[in-house]
Amino acid sequence: MTNLADKDVPPIVQMSGITIKFPGVLALDNVDFSLRPGEVHSLMGENGAGKSTLIKALTGVYSIDSGTIVVGGSARAFGTTADAQAAGISTVYQEVNLCANLSVGENVMLGHEPHGRFGVDWKRTHSEAARYLASLGLGIDTRSLLESHSIAIQQLIAISRAMVLDAKVLILDEPTSSLDRGEVEQLFGIIRKLRDSGVAILFVSHFLDQVYEISDRITVLRNGQLVGAHKAEDLPRDQLVTQMIGRELDDLKSLSQASARVIDRSGEPVLRASGVGRRGVVEPGDLAVFHGEVVGMAGLLGSGRTEMVRLFYGADKADSGTIHVGGKAVKMVAPRHAIDHGIAFSSEDRRAEGIVADLTVAENIVLGIQARRGWLRKVSAVEEAAVVSEYMEALGVRPADPTMLAGNLSGGNQQKVLLARWLATSPELLILDEPTRGIDVGAKADIQRKVAELSEAGLSVIFISSELEEVLRLAQRVVVMRDRKNIGELESRDLDLDGLIDYIAHRGEGSVSR
Amino acid sequence: MTTMTETTSADKPSVAQGLSAFTTRHASWLPTFAAVVILVVLLAGAQIRFGNFITPGNMSALLLDNAFLMVLAVGMTFVILTAGIDLSVGSVMAFTGILGASMLASGVPTIVVIPTMLLSGAAIGLLIGVLVQYFNVQPFIASLAGLFLGRGLAYVVSLSSIRVEDPAVLWLQGTRLRMGDWYITPTGILALVVVIVGALVLQFTRFGRTIYAVGGSESSARLMGLNVSRAKVLAYLISGLCGGLAGLILTAFSGAGYPRNGIGTELDVIAVVVIGGTLLTGGRGYVLGSLIGVFVFGVIKAIISFMGAEQSWMQIIVGALLLLFIVVQRAIVSRTSRTG
Amino acid sequence: MMKLVRHRLFWPLMALLALLAVNIVANPGFGRITVRDGHMYGALVDILRQSAPLMLVALGMTLVIATRGIDLSVGAIMAVSGAVALTIIDSSDHPGAMSTVLVAIIVAVLVSLVLGAWNGFLVSVLGIQPIVATLVLMLAGRGVALLITGGRITTVNSDPYKFVASGYVFLIPFAFIIALAAIAVIALLERRTALGVLTEAVGINPEASRLAGVRSRGIVWGAYIASGVMSGIAGVMYASNIMAADANAAGYLIELYAILAVVLGGTSLMGGKFSIAGTVIGVFTVQTLGSTILFLGVPSAQSPVFFAVVVILVVLVQSSRVHRWGKSVSQRMRSGPKTPAEGAKEVAA
Repeated sequence: MTNLADKDVPPIVQMSGITIKFPGVLALDNVDFSLRPGEVHSLMGENGAGKSTLIKALTGVYSIDSGTIVVGGSARAFGTTADAQAAGISTVYQEVNLCANLSVGENVMLGHEPHGRFGVDWKRTHSEAARYLASLGLGIDTRSLLESHSIAIQQLIAISRAMVLDAKVLILDEPTSSLDRGEVEQLFGIIRKLRDSGVAILFVSHFLDQVYEISDRITVLRNGQLVGAHKAEDLPRDQLVTQMIGRELDDLKSLSQASARVIDRSGEPVLRASGVGRRGVVEPGDLAVFHGEVVGMAGLLGSGRTEMVRLFYGADKADSGTIHVGGKAVKMVAPRHAIDHGIAFSSEDRRAEGIVADLTVAENIVLGIQARRGWLRKVSAVEEAAVVSEYMEALGVRPADPTMLAGNLSGGNQQKVLLARWLATSPELLILDEPTRGIDVGAKADIQRKVAELSEAGLSVIFISSELEEVLRLAQRVVVMRDRKNIGELESRDLDLDGLIDYIAHRGEGSVSR
Repeated sequence: MTTMTETTSADKPSVAQGLSAFTTRHASWLPTFAAVVILVVLLAGAQIRFGNFITPGNMSALLLDNAFLMVLAVGMTFVILTAGIDLSVGSVMAFTGILGASMLASGVPTIVVIPTMLLSGAAIGLLIGVLVQYFNVQPFIASLAGLFLGRGLAYVVSLSSIRVEDPAVLWLQGTRLRMGDWYITPTGILALVVVIVGALVLQFTRFGRTIYAVGGSESSARLMGLNVSRAKVLAYLISGLCGGLAGLILTAFSGAGYPRNGIGTELDVIAVVVIGGTLLTGGRGYVLGSLIGVFVFGVIKAIISFMGAEQSWMQIIVGALLLLFIVVQRAIVSRTSRTG
Repeated sequence: MMKLVRHRLFWPLMALLALLAVNIVANPGFGRITVRDGHMYGALVDILRQSAPLMLVALGMTLVIATRGIDLSVGAIMAVSGAVALTIIDSSDHPGAMSTVLVAIIVAVLVSLVLGAWNGFLVSVLGIQPIVATLVLMLAGRGVALLITGGRITTVNSDPYKFVASGYVFLIPFAFIIALAAIAVIALLERRTALGVLTEAVGINPEASRLAGVRSRGIVWGAYIASGVMSGIAGVMYASNIMAADANAAGYLIELYAILAVVLGGTSLMGGKFSIAGTVIGVFTVQTLGSTILFLGVPSAQSPVFFAVVVILVVLVQSSRVHRWGKSVSQRMRSGPKTPAEGAKEVAA
């Protein structure tokens, strides 16, 4: 089994100096990237790092502002996805872009079915499809409907389709998110087979263990820039994690005391979750949060932090475990239940799950209070004005215009509006999921300061952030999650950044295959 | 719903395996199968109750009375398969019918009239398709506009009915080809031909398979390189064309064009297509299923008239059946999406 | 000045005023109102009176559309309501008595409420698509109405009932007063309570509203109930107008007229922000358009053609493709030709 990554093989894809700008955002800044035939190359980086933008540039979804793309020796400019496909680049997305209502064989051959004199020759279609599947070691009944198979198998079928299209480059975007261990093994077997036959494979995943298991080379992006490209065996985990997350300028020295605060954990916790989990989404875990405590949840994207806290809030239904609030067991199957018990949740996707874009800032802020009160008792104009101005000032929302449509604010100010909405309901426990992601430095500082202030005054907070420094700065205790499991808890007083990174990268892992 | 199909099929399949393979291959036939069961039950029940229900005469009449509905159902199947809907078919049928009758009455030769009827139906269908595909108008709004257009234009052609004396058109309905006690007219043959052609197109042409793919997942179909836009527009064009053809058949059947024809027919067509096993969410269903749906509809209508009951029961029963099928469809969809 | 133009109701109002102006110019007697026998007479008065059923239905439709839904069964509910009311009056010993009429109307509206609740149940509890869910009643409703009237067109002779559609109170058509009352009740309900803003939240972003603790199910259900009740009252009015229960003609095609009125008034079919005032303007516009067409000598049966054209124009104007085309045209006029990179990015994105 040759490892072509070692040899000096000319790359099949060479992207040089790629820059892509969107209004207000520099998505990719002079990035270089190359793919060699017969290698598995992982692209790593957090959300907003530029991974999906780079892939979209390669597959013809986005056009580039500057830089060149050379595929198979000739420079290309892909105007459509069909162009990229014609050049031999195939993509299998997480959502398996196939048609569930059609048969397996038809999905594999769709658009390329052999025709007889009277139209599609189904016999030949199915036998050819079976041939392609067999070349990957799959003996699937091609006449069965695609939807009768698990997602894992559907992905493999999508990969066979790429082979029908004679792909030289196969891009796999988060292929293992919904797979169990056995299915991952099967997928990796097929990836290795393809690699050995000379296909270049671009592998995007958040699961560190898997990335190290399958990759020959790893490229890391952060904030739209290339941080490094290495052979996988030359890149230690700590370095990978550091490259992905990085260090940021610390202008909040004053808050360094926050995490050192002593928490009284003798009484009843505000929230106690025991064995709470959801099959296929996040493993059952425990968590207790005490009065005035900030519990940070650290881990990489995809580790299951969001999924876990959504179970605490009733945004999703848990399969297992119990939740106690203030000592009493409670039913938690809808956000309303959580709100009634004094729990508030600010989602990481503020556009889709937080801000109601066409309502004004004021309406957004009082929405939490109003929802709780019901439709009959409207929050009076006077009360609304008082609440709105109090929080807009306390959080520093800019522009300070409550009649502005919330959708028109910047990300940082939208986050503040969301925070205002929840604080106005006077919760006991506030769950913040990535509250500082994608917002400017000033707003970040404001929000962190507010969280510290409020927790000192008695509010309990669960704080999810990919920026480990933030977590260490604000939390008294840090829960670490990896690959959808809670792998441990640490007192932040005993912890520094390197220690936390090391914990995330190494703690509790099984055999490392390198 | 994972099946153990990853193993090679070298060993002799057990009955259980065979059965499970059958269902995974043909799961989308199940709703249509349910419709067949209902049809059989209805026929058997009617025969038991009335004794002389299943006769060659009655069964032949079943085809002929509903020939126009059959043609409309084929067109509607194409549209619903793409997850769209066409509320204009009844009005288009009325419009083309009265247009044809009017042209014939003014002496225009039949050979010009019939294509004109078909083309005008297709034109309205094309308009709807373009609005849906290129201007992102929701199908029900675009086709409601088509409904208004068709209905209004029908009255523009004539405010009252126009008799048809043209021998060629009357031949379509008047002639009966007998086979023992069974008979069929050219309109019936025409309807059956449309059904067969529709089924063949959907099964064996790239266009037909694109229709299914679009209904399954439009974004996936696009990513797979299929010509989604053309397929969607063509689906509505075909529906309009079928509307024109149904206008011809209905005009032949009643011997006149009548601008009030087809009021509410679009709902009946949608009902028979859904009862026949085509899902309103798109991507699943068969023209043959819609044919079964038409027969179910026709049998119910015949039963009601046999019983001497009010014809208004027709609408209620069809509505109830439609509801039943929709609820069951929804239950199945939510079950599979949870396990998927 | 720009703020006035940018106001949501500006263009709908301009459209209505333009239409009225055309009428006044073409028909000098259009604006004339005379008073005789305690009534007001005139083309404008007719518009006010005849617009009442559509006004009611459109108000209900506005709420349903705001929740991202649609109600195609409004015409059928009208038919059922009229059938119920007239059948009660017809089978009573004192058809002319006020009490009979009141009972008839109340029962009819209650039945409509139940039908609306049925629609709401299908949509908010079973999660069935609104088009499909309300299609069932659209199909079966008229059959039910026909059954209630025994398969014929029931007619009655009842002065109190006739008053609903044809009577005048203080010179003003009673029907219009009912419509005004409905507008007032709904406007108060939506804006004085939090119902309006919560409905908008549910329509704009159902998931964010759910996470914020809004009881979306109740709100959606309530919208369909309201639509049912409004259709019920409209059905009572329609039957009163012709003093008959015509199950096939009652509310025929009113769904599209109502949707058109709502859209003309500025509420988007995608749900979210809605405007009662906009719907009111839209209803008057549709009604005026209808009588303008009649005045031009077009037989009423042919008027759907004009409305089809209006619907197509309106959706085209609202279509994003047309917006993008319009924007690119105005951009080009301002800044000259685009660079190839920008052009390609637009296409690809």
